[in-house]
Amino acid sequence: MTRSLEPAERVQAVGPSGIRRFFEIAEERDDVISLGVGEPDFSAPWAARDAAIQSLERGKTSYTANRGMYDLREAISSYVADRFGLEYGPDEEVLVTAGASEAVDLAFRAFVDPGDTVAIAQPAYISYGPGVTFAGGEVLPVRTREEDDFRLTVEALEAAGAEAADLLVMCYPNNPTGAVMTRADLEPIAEFAREHDLAVLSDEIYAELTYDERDADASPGAATHASIATLPGMRERTIVCNGFSKAHAMTGLRLGYALGPAGATGAMNRVHQYGMLSAPTTAQYAALEALDSCANDVEAMVDQYGRRRRFVISRFREIGTPCFEAKGAFYVFPEVPDGWDGSANDFAERLLREYGVAVVPGDVFGVGGEGHLRVSYATGLEDLREALARIESFVDEHV
Amino acid sequence: MSEREVLELLRENARYETADIARMTDLDEDEVADAIEALEAAGIVRGYQAVVDWDRLEDERVRAEVELNVTLDRETGYDDIAERLARFPQVKALRLISGDYDFDMEVEGDSIREVSRFISEKVAPVPEITQTVTHYVMASYKENGIELGDGEDDDRLSVSP
Repeated sequence: MTRSLEPAERVQAVGPSGIRRFFEIAEERDDVISLGVGEPDFSAPWAARDAAIQSLERGKTSYTANRGMYDLREAISSYVADRFGLEYGPDEEVLVTAGASEAVDLAFRAFVDPGDTVAIAQPAYISYGPGVTFAGGEVLPVRTREEDDFRLTVEALEAAGAEAADLLVMCYPNNPTGAVMTRADLEPIAEFAREHDLAVLSDEIYAELTYDERDADASPGAATHASIATLPGMRERTIVCNGFSKAHAMTGLRLGYALGPAGATGAMNRVHQYGMLSAPTTAQYAALEALDSCANDVEAMVDQYGRRRRFVISRFREIGTPCFEAKGAFYVFPEVPDGWDGSANDFAERLLREYGVAVVPGDVFGVGGEGHLRVSYATGLEDLREALARIESFVDEHV
Repeated sequence: MSEREVLELLRENARYETADIARMTDLDEDEVADAIEALEAAGIVRGYQAVVDWDRLEDERVRAEVELNVTLDRETGYDDIAERLARFPQVKALRLISGDYDFDMEVEGDSIREVSRFISEKVAPVPEITQTVTHYVMASYKENGIELGDGEDDDRLSVSP
């Protein structure tokens, strides 16, 4: 920092997001169907919105406790126990944040010292790398592969040299691939973490959005979400981040939470209390209601995503574009079609300019994303039909 | 159960193509066609209609919700009265309900006069009907689960993380 407001080196080290450019191109035309959005097309359940409105009517506009309203922490504690087998006490082990993104950022600022190495399973959500850089850490990409269904493996960790890392960041169900890791998949990862004394940041924002378990014929080995924090010896070395943006369609309310041992969430709260102070009060009331009475709304949304997921995968395969069978989140991650003479970036840019369909090239999500496209199905079926028809025309014309 | 899933999709949008329903359910097209045929044959799916926002049409369309109270005797049951009323084309829906009155009847016509005449001349004289209370629909905000407002624009960013 200088008197001329020269940005700090770690800020300069982070370039503009690769997504930003596509956003700007998309804004140039008015007939774009966007499959590039990372948020639900549903509004938050009405009961949650109504609770937010009521809280305002009652004048609940003050700060809450730094850690979040006690009732909400208690509700989160019960919810994660019931739903995911995660046992965290509301007093000192739950921290309510302004979105799961704040929880992730707090973890980097609380646990990463300058020069520390943070292994990130990639392709990954675009904010992890910059977050590590802002905290002064070094990013170590760990490449997951399509042949492993984009699951993290010990081989991938070893190939990247992750045994020397200080922190491992993983996100399952995954943005952008839609990959899910089952308990069996996580066991060797947990063993690796214990063996090399590795802390884990597990972003589970898409935890509710898995589809196998809802299929009537789901096999016992179906891909349902499991949290690595529930594995032996992992609770004490894991921070779990989650929130209300995805499953409860509350992106704009910015409400998330972190779960971890008292000392760890205490350290995060130390950063939080000087920066954010407390998560938005109105959103906390909405979240409390969401947990209390909106499970059916979540289920209805997940049913819709499940149908669209099958539709989109099926259409990509008909078009002749290899498409990994995503099991979670609301993205599919197809390859650019065989015979396309260029990068995924070129494909996405020309598709947008020529046919008005916005998708995100896999490159922006880090290593392993090259040659792929992230396609969100958080869009109504009529738009999905039209977008896939346009993609088919584009492929017919150019490939 | 696949029939149930097909049924839910048809209720969502009866114009979904068989191929699209197949893609969404992981069934093949023949299975979807069979399921639809079976639902129709079993009388579970009784027809397909558009959900119309009449307020947007210039032509007047008058609709009324009519509460009916009836008295029964040994020879006449609810089903008999219902059968008699349901035959009128003006009656768009007829339900036996619990509560303060017996039947809930939806009536449609081209004018208030037409609807009023239908109720006074065809419905009220039915011997078992002891009372009719007519509520004219002034505006409709939701029909068959579909909101009839202008809808909420998608204000999400076109590309986001």
